[in-house]
Amino acid sequence: MLDFLGDRYEQILFSSWQHFSLVVQCLVLATVLAVVIAALVYRSPALTGVVNSVSAIGLTIPSFALIGLLISPFGFGVLPAVIVVAFFATLPILRNAVVGLSGIAPTVVEAARGIGMSRFRSLVQVELPLAWPIILTGIRVSAQMVMGVAAVAAYALGPGLGGFIFSGLSRLGGANSFESVVTGVVGVIILALILDLLLVGLGRLTIPRGIRA
Amino acid sequence: MPEHTPAKPADSVVTGAGILLDHVTKRYPGQARPAVDGLTMEIPAGKTVMLVGPSGCGKTTTLKMINRLIEPSEGRIVVDGDDVTQMNGDRLRRGIGYVIQAGGLFPHMTVATNIGIVPRMLGWTRERVAARVDELLELVSLDPEQYRDRYPKELSGGQQQRVGVARALAADPPVLLMDEPFGAVDPITRLRLQDELINIQDELQKTIVCVTHDFDEAVKLGDWIAIFDEGAQLVQYDTPERILGNPANEFVENFIGSGAGLKQLTLTRVADVGMEKAVLARPGEPAGDVLARIVAAGHGHAVVVDSRERPIQWLSRRKLDRLETIGSTPDPALPVVGSRATLSDALDTMLVSSAGAALVTGRRDVFKGVIDIKTVMDAIGRSQDAAALDSTDAPVGLNTGIFSTPATGDEGDDSAPADNPGPSGAAGDAPAAP
Repeated sequence: MLDFLGDRYEQILFSSWQHFSLVVQCLVLATVLAVVIAALVYRSPALTGVVNSVSAIGLTIPSFALIGLLISPFGFGVLPAVIVVAFFATLPILRNAVVGLSGIAPTVVEAARGIGMSRFRSLVQVELPLAWPIILTGIRVSAQMVMGVAAVAAYALGPGLGGFIFSGLSRLGGANSFESVVTGVVGVIILALILDLLLVGLGRLTIPRGIRA
Repeated sequence: MPEHTPAKPADSVVTGAGILLDHVTKRYPGQARPAVDGLTMEIPAGKTVMLVGPSGCGKTTTLKMINRLIEPSEGRIVVDGDDVTQMNGDRLRRGIGYVIQAGGLFPHMTVATNIGIVPRMLGWTRERVAARVDELLELVSLDPEQYRDRYPKELSGGQQQRVGVARALAADPPVLLMDEPFGAVDPITRLRLQDELINIQDELQKTIVCVTHDFDEAVKLGDWIAIFDEGAQLVQYDTPERILGNPANEFVENFIGSGAGLKQLTLTRVADVGMEKAVLARPGEPAGDVLARIVAAGHGHAVVVDSRERPIQWLSRRKLDRLETIGSTPDPALPVVGSRATLSDALDTMLVSSAGAALVTGRRDVFKGVIDIKTVMDAIGRSQDAAALDSTDAPVGLNTGIFSTPATGDEGDDSAPADNPGPSGAAGDAPAAP
């Protein structure tokens, strides 16, 4: 095991970094997407219902199946991986963003409008900051989940630690196959923990004292 | 607009602007009756107008149509002579202060950020905003050093409400709209906030339109009270004195509730009625000297004041008889009222102390004089006499739902027919405009 790690030290670090980078970039993309969609729908109860159903149903799609489906239109490589990871990352954030935005006290929104804020300014200056703690919780859930999804994305020859898992599984019983799988799995877990800590830190930095729990 | 501000030669400058609701109607889709039905109402500059009525009567809708948070279905809103019905709503609202229940503060912003938000939207410099924030915190009796950087959740309900008022006043708007501003605070804090609002209004002379369901609050704060029935039918629009003394109909009587006479006591402040002089004594004086002085003055009591003229004891002849020298320990049960307190508060203090009189203090608790029950009785008599007279300066208020709409020719931009003879401004019995 130690030999395996020692021999592939640089490759593991590189794959870990790629895995981490894929997840973080997809999370950023997903957050932007989710917030934009949530901002468009949260005022309408009907659309909110649709969005909530979509995010609930979307999460039931097996990630492995989705990436398999995406290979035929997009081929192998980074693109299908990004699409799958970003898709799954968007769903929990979207759900929380809608809940967060529609859960803001109506009096606060009324005050914002009453002192002369436009709808957009009220959204940016008042509603999104107030919904941010809930959105961030969604991001943390997403981060945990898509760490695993990103590993599956290696099936489409995407970047990251998933390669160790798939190559190990395909040669199961062969030399170093077990070590390879363990390396991939443990690496994903460690990355997930690191990212979660970073997100907690982000919350500390970005959630004002006035609304911290 | 001289005709909007009759009587009262203003010694402090009126900074408010007059408002006119001109045949304003609000219909909601799917509702048979309009929420506000053809309301025409003049709100004089620099005055406090209280909108009261049962829940669902349309008073809040009326208020929110002034800053167009709710868009009127028909009619015009005129502020300071300008028709604002078509202008950009956000820009209009930046020029009108807005206070809601519990302040409506933004919980993620500090007190200073909350107060400075409208000036920043208007493009003020950072220094100017900061200076204004401190000025306003002083105005609402909060120490800037201590409160500037706090968050709303670190304030009590009353403090939040004060910050809400400060935020509404930040850009020095001519008009302040308040929607049940003191509904969410405890009764004691509410009384104090009402007193502070009166003081602030004495100083600033804004035009304040305030919705409340509490008739006592309306009597206390309002220069004019508009009583609404369903569909924002204006039942009576007049001074508190005249509404209490001469209610337009049974609806108003029921709304006032019992104790109209007692409520009149809340209209007059201690400072506005005569006070009796008192014999003063200092701690350390021989009691005999003081006794001699009150006997000479024909008084029954002497008031002991400390070095800063604050009353600490109130001694009867009998007590003085038993004393050697005047002590310096303050009496905790001393019946004291501030000169800004209402006669109702004064009477309450007298009843509790069973002295039949109370000591009046002014600024910094300095002793001013003595008020007794007889003074209070005289004041009630005078205000009842005053209420019986017709007020000729009542602002216009009527619902066109009842009247045939007069030709619009005599309705200038801002000139509500100030010579409208409506004797009480009541919709029910006022003749239509000529």
